[in-house]
Amino acid sequence: MNQLTPNSSLMPNSSQMIVCDGNEAAARAVVLARPDVVSVFPITPQSSLVESLSQFVADGVLGAELINAEGEHSVLSALQGACLAGARTYTATSGPGLAFMFEPYVRTPGLRLPMVVSLVTRDMLSPQCVWGGQQDAMSVRECGWIQIYCEDVQEVLDTVVMAFKLAEHKDVLLPVNVCHDGNYLSYGVSRVEMPAAGLVDEFLGEAAVNWHIALDPARPMAVDPLTGGTGPGGAASFVGYRKSQVRAMANALRVFSDIHAEWGERFGRHWAPLVEEYRLDDADIAIVTIGSMTGAGKDAVDAARDRGEKVGLIKVKMYRPFPREAMVAALSKVKAAAIVDRSVSFAWECGPLHQDVMTALFASPARIPLVGCIGGLAGADITGEHFARVIAATFQAAGGDIPSSPVWLNEHD
Amino acid sequence: MSNEIRLHGRGGQGTVLAAGILAQALAEEGKWAIAIPTFGFERRGAPVSAFLRVDDRPIRSLTNIYHPDVIVCIDQTLGRAVNIFAGMAPGATLVLASRKSPAELDLPPTARRLGLVDAVSIAMELFKRPITNSVMLGALARTTGMVSLESLARAMEGSHFRDAGLAQNLEAIRRGYDETEVLDLKESCHAYA
Repeated sequence: MNQLTPNSSLMPNSSQMIVCDGNEAAARAVVLARPDVVSVFPITPQSSLVESLSQFVADGVLGAELINAEGEHSVLSALQGACLAGARTYTATSGPGLAFMFEPYVRTPGLRLPMVVSLVTRDMLSPQCVWGGQQDAMSVRECGWIQIYCEDVQEVLDTVVMAFKLAEHKDVLLPVNVCHDGNYLSYGVSRVEMPAAGLVDEFLGEAAVNWHIALDPARPMAVDPLTGGTGPGGAASFVGYRKSQVRAMANALRVFSDIHAEWGERFGRHWAPLVEEYRLDDADIAIVTIGSMTGAGKDAVDAARDRGEKVGLIKVKMYRPFPREAMVAALSKVKAAAIVDRSVSFAWECGPLHQDVMTALFASPARIPLVGCIGGLAGADITGEHFARVIAATFQAAGGDIPSSPVWLNEHD
Repeated sequence: MSNEIRLHGRGGQGTVLAAGILAQALAEEGKWAIAIPTFGFERRGAPVSAFLRVDDRPIRSLTNIYHPDVIVCIDQTLGRAVNIFAGMAPGATLVLASRKSPAELDLPPTARRLGLVDAVSIAMELFKRPITNSVMLGALARTTGMVSLESLARAMEGSHFRDAGLAQNLEAIRRGYDETEVLDLKESCHAYA
C-alpha cells in the first residue's frame, strides 16, 4: 500500500463535529474502513459519493486501489475478482446503475463475497425521473443481499462502517447494501460526529479474509463449481449451498444486533439494529417507516401525543433479512398500524414493506388492521401533514374502517 | 429566532453550496442545521432552491420548507421565472440581490424586513463573473443577525471553491455584509400601499 497523507479531517484522532451530506458521510465512512479496492461509475444521485472517493484517493488519504470502470456491470465484476483475492471492497450505485449491475449482483451472495455497496435509492424508470424513491432497492430485495435503510446522515456514516463488520463476520459472509434515500439523504446536509479513526480501527479489527472462497495458491480449489441437476454432486450440492446461504442471512439478525451493541459501547450512539420502537409502549396505533421519512414521522408522533393521541412509530432498519420476530413484538403492542412505503409492490397493490408486515402478522397472536400508505415517490416529500393523515386513517382502521387499497400520500401534491 | 430559510438561485451560482456553508457556520455556533437542496438534471442557469432549517436542538424532520421565515434570492432575474415568495410566512425577512430600489420591487405586503444588495456588481468586481453566493451569505448575516461573519468565514475555510479562491470569497461575504441596505418594510415601501 502507498504511503498515505495524514488528514485530520478525514481520519481524526478524536471524535470531531463536521457538517456534510449523506453521500459525503458514506464516503468518509469508507475512508475510515480502509478498503483495499473501490470500483466506481457515477450515477445520479450517487455521483458526488464516488467523486468524493476519487478525490480522497487522489489526495492520498484513501489507500484503496480505485478502478474507474466503464459501467456498473464491470464495477461489480471487478469487485468480485478483488473479493476473491481477499480484498475489502466497496462501491455505490443507484437506480439505472443497479439495473445494469444486475448479472454480477445476483451472483455475489451465492459466491458469499462480503462486499459493502451503498444504494443511494432512486425511483425506477420509467417514467423518466432522477429523484429519490426506494423502488430500485426494493426491486432487488429477494436477491440474497443484506439490506439496511438509514434514517439520517449520522446513521449513514455509522452504518457503512458497521456494514463491513457484518459482511465479513464468519457466520454471515454476505454482501451488504446500505441504503440511503436519494435527495433527502444523498444531498441533505447536517451536523454529524466523525468517530476517531483509531477507535474505528479497533472496532473493525483486522480485515477478515474470506478464506471460505479467497483464492490461495497454497490451497487450490474450484470457485463456483457446477452444482445441481446432472452436475457432480447432483441436487444435494446445490441445496447445500442454498441452505447455508439462507442460514447466513438468518444469522445476520443476531450478528448485526451484536455489532450495534458494540458500536453503542464504543461510540455512544445506540441505534436500533433491526426495528426501532419509538413511543410505542402505551400506543394505541403505530406507523411503520423506513429510511429518511422516519424523522418527520417521529415529529408527527410527538405532535399527535401533544393532541392526546396515543401514537407510536416502528422504524425498519434491517429490511433483508426481515426482522420478523422484532416486528411481531412491536406490532403486538398496538391495535392498528399504518405502513408507509416509498415504493410499490406491483404484485400486491401495496408497498413491499406492507407485504412484509402482512406476512409477519400471520405469526402474530392478533391480526390487527393495517393501513397501506405509499408516499415519497420520485423525490416527493413526506411531511408532518402527510403523517397526520396517516395517523387519522389508522385510528379509523382501528375502529373498523380499513381502506382496501393504498392511500397515495402525494396524489394531490 | 427564525428557523426556516429558503434560498433561491440558478444552477452554477452556488446556491446549494451556500446552504451548506450556512449550515456549517451555524454548527460552528453550536446550532443544529439541516440543508436540503432541490434540483434535477444538473444544468447551468436552471432555477435551483435549497431549504435550511436551524434549531438549538437536533433536527429530525428531513423535509422541504413550505412557509419560510427567511427568503434569500441570489439571482436578480429569477423573480421573473419563479415565484420566490410562494408560501412565505407572514412577517418574513427577505434578502435579495437587486439593483432596484425597494419601491421598484414587487414585494409581498406581509414581508417585514428587507436586505437589499447589488450582489452582481460586487461579484463582477471580485470574480469577473456573476457568482453571488458568498456576497449573499454576507447579506443574510447583516439582515438577520442569525449568523456571524466570523462563523461564515470559518465555514468557508473548510469549503471547496471551483470558481475563485478563499480570499476572494471571504472578501465577498464582507462586502455583502457591509453593502447591504436593511429596511424595516413597515416604515418604508409598504407605507405607500
